[in-house]
Amino acid sequence: MESGRSSKLVIGLCIVSAVLVCKLFYIQIVNKKYKTDALNNSMVYETIYPPRGFIYDRNGEILVDNSVMYDIMVTPREVQPFDTLALAALLDMDPQEIRDRMQEYRTYRTKIGWRTLVFRKQLSGEKYLRFAEVEYNFPGFAGRQRTRRHYPFNAGGNLLGYMSEVDGDYISRHPEYKAGDFVGKTGLEEANEAKLRGEKGYHIYLRDSRNRVLDRYEGGALDKPAVPGEDVYTTIDAHLQQFGQGLMDHKRGSIIAIEPSTGEILALVSSPGIDVDILADFSSHYDSLSRDPGKPMFNRAIQASYPPGSVFKLVNGLVGLQEGVLTPNMKYPCHDGYNYTKNLKLGCHHHRSPINFYEAVMMSCNSYFCYVLKSILENKRYANVNESFARWEEYVRSFGFGSPLGCDLPGELGGNVPKAERYNKIYGKGHWRFETVVSLSIGQGELGVTPLQIANLGATIANRGWYITPHIIRDTAERYNTPHYTEVSPEQFENVVQGMWMAVNKPVEYGATASLAAVKGLEICGKTGTAENPHGADHSVFICFAPRENPEIAVAAYVENAGFGATWACPIASLMVEKYLNGEISPSREWLEKQVREANLLNVPKKPKKKG
Amino acid sequence: MNGRRKWYKTIDWGIVICYFLLFVIGWMSIYSSSSASEGASIFDMGERSGKQLLWFGISLVAGCLIMFVIRPQLWEVISPPAYLLVVLMLLAVLIFGATVNGSKSWFQLGPISFQPSELSKITTSLLLAHQLRSTNLNRAGSHGQFILAAIVAIPALIIFAEGETGTILVYLGFLFVLYREGLSGWWIALFGAVVLLFIMALITPLWVALSTAAVLVLAYYIFIRKTVVRRKAEKRKLLLASLGLLAAGALVVFSTSFVFDKVLKPYQKNRIEVLFGIKEDPSGVGYNVNQSMIAIGSGGLFGKGFTNGTQTSCGFVPEQSTDFIFCTIGEEAGFAGCLGVILLFSIMIWRIIKAADSSREPFTRAYGFCVAACIFMHMTINIGMTIGLMPVIGIPLPFISYGGSSLLAFSVMLFIFLSMVRHERTYF
Repeated sequence: MESGRSSKLVIGLCIVSAVLVCKLFYIQIVNKKYKTDALNNSMVYETIYPPRGFIYDRNGEILVDNSVMYDIMVTPREVQPFDTLALAALLDMDPQEIRDRMQEYRTYRTKIGWRTLVFRKQLSGEKYLRFAEVEYNFPGFAGRQRTRRHYPFNAGGNLLGYMSEVDGDYISRHPEYKAGDFVGKTGLEEANEAKLRGEKGYHIYLRDSRNRVLDRYEGGALDKPAVPGEDVYTTIDAHLQQFGQGLMDHKRGSIIAIEPSTGEILALVSSPGIDVDILADFSSHYDSLSRDPGKPMFNRAIQASYPPGSVFKLVNGLVGLQEGVLTPNMKYPCHDGYNYTKNLKLGCHHHRSPINFYEAVMMSCNSYFCYVLKSILENKRYANVNESFARWEEYVRSFGFGSPLGCDLPGELGGNVPKAERYNKIYGKGHWRFETVVSLSIGQGELGVTPLQIANLGATIANRGWYITPHIIRDTAERYNTPHYTEVSPEQFENVVQGMWMAVNKPVEYGATASLAAVKGLEICGKTGTAENPHGADHSVFICFAPRENPEIAVAAYVENAGFGATWACPIASLMVEKYLNGEISPSREWLEKQVREANLLNVPKKPKKKG
Repeated sequence: MNGRRKWYKTIDWGIVICYFLLFVIGWMSIYSSSSASEGASIFDMGERSGKQLLWFGISLVAGCLIMFVIRPQLWEVISPPAYLLVVLMLLAVLIFGATVNGSKSWFQLGPISFQPSELSKITTSLLLAHQLRSTNLNRAGSHGQFILAAIVAIPALIIFAEGETGTILVYLGFLFVLYREGLSGWWIALFGAVVLLFIMALITPLWVALSTAAVLVLAYYIFIRKTVVRRKAEKRKLLLASLGLLAAGALVVFSTSFVFDKVLKPYQKNRIEVLFGIKEDPSGVGYNVNQSMIAIGSGGLFGKGFTNGTQTSCGFVPEQSTDFIFCTIGEEAGFAGCLGVILLFSIMIWRIIKAADSSREPFTRAYGFCVAACIFMHMTINIGMTIGLMPVIGIPLPFISYGGSSLLAFSVMLFIFLSMVRHERTYF
């Protein structure tokens, strides 16, 4: 029986061998499909890169489009001995690097086979032409067209964001990207990556064993076309943006302009910023940028939290009016400051006394707003300062302070509004009172706001009590169409607007703090701020909107360590308003523009001075 | 008989000649696929062909030692400790080994890397043969059968845990050995039926797979009814058994998708799906097979001639000197060459079976069948893979694929058998 089993096994062996032989006979002799493929063809996938979407400004001006660049490709198997020095000169490379690279190809030649690799990335069209003329000297090398971002306007470097090639870490987190792809890393390029990038496609070619492309595979039936990226329409006004960047030259800080009725961001300048020339070739500038002490990659407009300074008096005033502890005609005295304890005084500049609310806004009187906050926090309606403070905090948060507004740029900060609990923790419950937090009256102390939030305050006042989340992409999403109402009723805002109007449009002798901002016919309303900070000279702050009725633009300017709000931020913001509303700067104010443009405020020494 | 025979009369030259020819074919193919286009010599020690030649020399030295120096009795004596040692190595590699191509089965010792699973084929064969000598399968009872099953299953399970699918399939070849030694043929039939149902469940609608199961069971029932069963009680038993089998068949069909989705790894799923045409994948798994079949198919009747293959030497076929070496043969030597290789393998296996059968030593016989089964499984799976009959499973083609440790392991395995045969023939 056993040897019979052996025979069965041998028969099985024969059957299996016969099956293998039959299949071989079929594919080698019978089947015509393999006969056709006997031409030694092979499929080659050639990636088709989609053009990335453009970025437009609000008026249809192109902020970002694409320009043609060339990658130099190499097929190591086809390379013949060549003049290394000549190639190095043509491609701007180090001859040693080329030698090392060729050595590497030699080492991995079995792995590389007939494949074509990238040799030199992103060669400009001009340099490529020089190479193309003598390409025949370098068999195995060839150019391949790629696109690169191109910026017709020098506007909004930080805002637009930069592109860079994906690294291994990124690919492992986003498997849809392949080595050699580029991806938006910051700003709008990052926030709208999914929209802008489009979808890669490919051609399938048949190739013979010597890497010669013969034909489309199945006539291109299996090819996949690339889907171009979608364009992105921003709310930016390219000319205003560019103008604002010019004004912020040699200054640290930011300008934000918002259209109050829609919440659309018209300009968002962060200085020092990144020139678009650098953006286009970001990787080669990355090191120097990241070492720059001015932190040009940091978008101050949304990522820096500052004390708001005197512009915050507007909020305190509105809260006081709404709570009924303040009326516009209520007068408070000021004798160079406010004595909140026997020995401690919060200083003020010298002006007439007593004054009413409008004058207090106009003159930015510190004492007046100390009285205002005192009456808010010591309101008999509330059981104790804890409760009244909690109510005050609610009001402040309803203006969008203390948490990110939710704008569509990545990385927005929320700032800080203190809670009563915080003081309970520090001082013990019942052991603190208005005098403890007196500096909140004038926007100092535990407050932190971003310039965007300050600009949003300007828009809120311009709208008399509501704002739409500031945004930079034209978007019909409900989020960017719903008004947010503050807890202060609209009629109270008129009082503040009156004070802001006086601050700009009354003469200096009368006590106006921002008359430098006045532009004939524009009815600008504004408020200066001078924010004390531990880093050097005070920050110069200004918010304004115009015209007074049906405002079209609200601007916040924040110049770090530049001194008084009235000196720098005020003219900068008013120039922005004038540029936007009139399209140009009137001859009578050209001197101001010149002065602002030429000022270098990077190293203003800190001066001992009173608060204003 | 009358004294010792001359040494050259004791060697099974048929097997040795097949062995030499297969190596030479492999060596030339390795040269052709890896370095011929560079203009290097076939003897260049920096190239794969040179290294393979060096390993062949080492294999021959080992073979001579085994044939002429080491007494064959040694193998049976050391089979239990050797088996144990290799199992420990398999466990060690599972814990400390390096991962290559998705399976954790390699030891890295300086410049040399090797897979203990290569060795385990030899030691499992030896121990299985050792055990079969003292156990008659039909009379062994469950205890003896259990030991036999464990000898095969222990290394197989560890290797499965290492993620090396190919070697598992090779272990299935031991079924043939057990069959030869008395295991009921129904087991092989049962196994074949399960595989068939699994495949049917994957590629056909549910009702087709279920009716296949029903037809198989019905055929079984009728066959037994006609041939074996006489008494009434037996008929009832048979009916119950058939119903049980039907239920088991249905279970296989219904559990297929679960096994397929949950137990198999994604790449294994892919390969099976591509094999049965469930999925087109011209750039992924399908690429290998597609390119491999184009290369082989382009060879025609007599091929393009030595080193004139273009598909394989230009890097279109991956792993062209290891797992896909058969492509080079198919492309450059054509159908005639392929036929030759398959014939050489078949002759070799047949000669081994014949020599094993004629041995008086049960140990030699069982071991010989193990060697034949291993070579057979390797050949079938490897060649089947390159021509689209089997899923893509990375196992070498014995004596032909590039790889020193593989060549050495197969040579040692073969020469141990030749040595046993030789010593028997010296005296009888």
